[in-house]
Amino acid sequence: MASRPELLAPPEIFYDDTEARKYTSSSRIIDIQSKLSERALELLALPDDGIPRLLLDIGCGSGLSGETLSENGHVWIGLDISQSMLNVALEREVEGDLLLGDMGQGLGLRSGVLDGAISISAVQWLCNADKSSHEPRLRLKAFFGSLYRCLARGARAVFQVYPENIAQRELILSSAMRAGFAGGVVVDYPHSSKSRKEYLVLTCGPPSLSTSVPNGKGEDGENSTDESSGDEENQTVSISDRHRPRKKQKVNKKGKGREWVMKKKEQMRKKGNVVPPDSKYTARKRKSRF
Amino acid sequence: MRLLTHNMLSCNVKGVTNGFPLIIQADKVLEKPAELNHDFLRNMFYKVDWKALVDAAKSMGYSELPESAEASMLESLDFLNRFHHALMELHLEEGALICPETGRKFPVDKGIPNMLLHEDEV
Repeated sequence: MASRPELLAPPEIFYDDTEARKYTSSSRIIDIQSKLSERALELLALPDDGIPRLLLDIGCGSGLSGETLSENGHVWIGLDISQSMLNVALEREVEGDLLLGDMGQGLGLRSGVLDGAISISAVQWLCNADKSSHEPRLRLKAFFGSLYRCLARGARAVFQVYPENIAQRELILSSAMRAGFAGGVVVDYPHSSKSRKEYLVLTCGPPSLSTSVPNGKGEDGENSTDESSGDEENQTVSISDRHRPRKKQKVNKKGKGREWVMKKKEQMRKKGNVVPPDSKYTARKRKSRF
Repeated sequence: MRLLTHNMLSCNVKGVTNGFPLIIQADKVLEKPAELNHDFLRNMFYKVDWKALVDAAKSMGYSELPESAEASMLESLDFLNRFHHALMELHLEEGALICPETGRKFPVDKGIPNMLLHEDEV
């Protein structure tokens, strides 16, 4: 991946008319998008009874991912922030309904109505602050919080994401966990830098059998389901669930203590900084009335 | 935008406690035939807010839905047809959605409602 569009401009500006058209006329992108959405739909693990479900496509763009949903017979609602992309979707006569909206502002949907949600290469946009009023943490919180509300109990949400670095992945995951989702990350083709794909698989509701995270796809395109094979190298699933132990707090209740303060003051003196003289009050705790 | 989507949408402006259902101001309504799927309708019946659907269909000029509905009515083919028509075939092409609490207008252009909020509404 040579360039990251999210570093260039906000989505509603980056995906202007020309970029939207370019995006949808490239057969390579279409191919990748439909493969990604097919995999996302597979990870969604909807019951296989042929009944159409109501799905949400977050960041639907020109409806490439929605097309896969339609082909599988599902009814979908698409949300995107770029008017140009939605215009292309209209031209392509996609079957789903389209909404112009910003996922970082929260989803304005009723509670418990969606049977599932997918999002292809969109959530990482939330990690950017494109306006002075944007705070990625709050926008992620608004997004995941509102998504949790709209999903039916036990429903899944699958996001294909391109996190820029580990910090971004952590940020996205921790926001999702904080909103109440269970689940984790599925990594397909972890050893290939080009076809490596990450999917966030989230389940709404309390952890149960259905919240276990499916396995990722290996190099040969097959599920590596056999965990006891001893082939540690090819383990493709990395799971980080909400029950992992929290980072232990180092500071104990007493605080740092006089010794530590004296040491620091000495260090500062050596550096040539102005440091108040030591007295009997140094490092003493304040009375509670403060 | 189908009424199915309208039935799921609510106003997301900060401070609004009940932003559902959005009032429809219909300037242009289209009817697009859609494939009828009984199973889907039976599933959706429990999720749809019936009163909101009836009101929405009325404001789009379709008033053949019964005022109240029960699960037993799903057996009737006639009912399913009407339900399907209102839910999946009526499209709001031009107009606006209006928040019942604040009166905030969300314009609908070419069938796409603009749900973007201003910075002070988040």
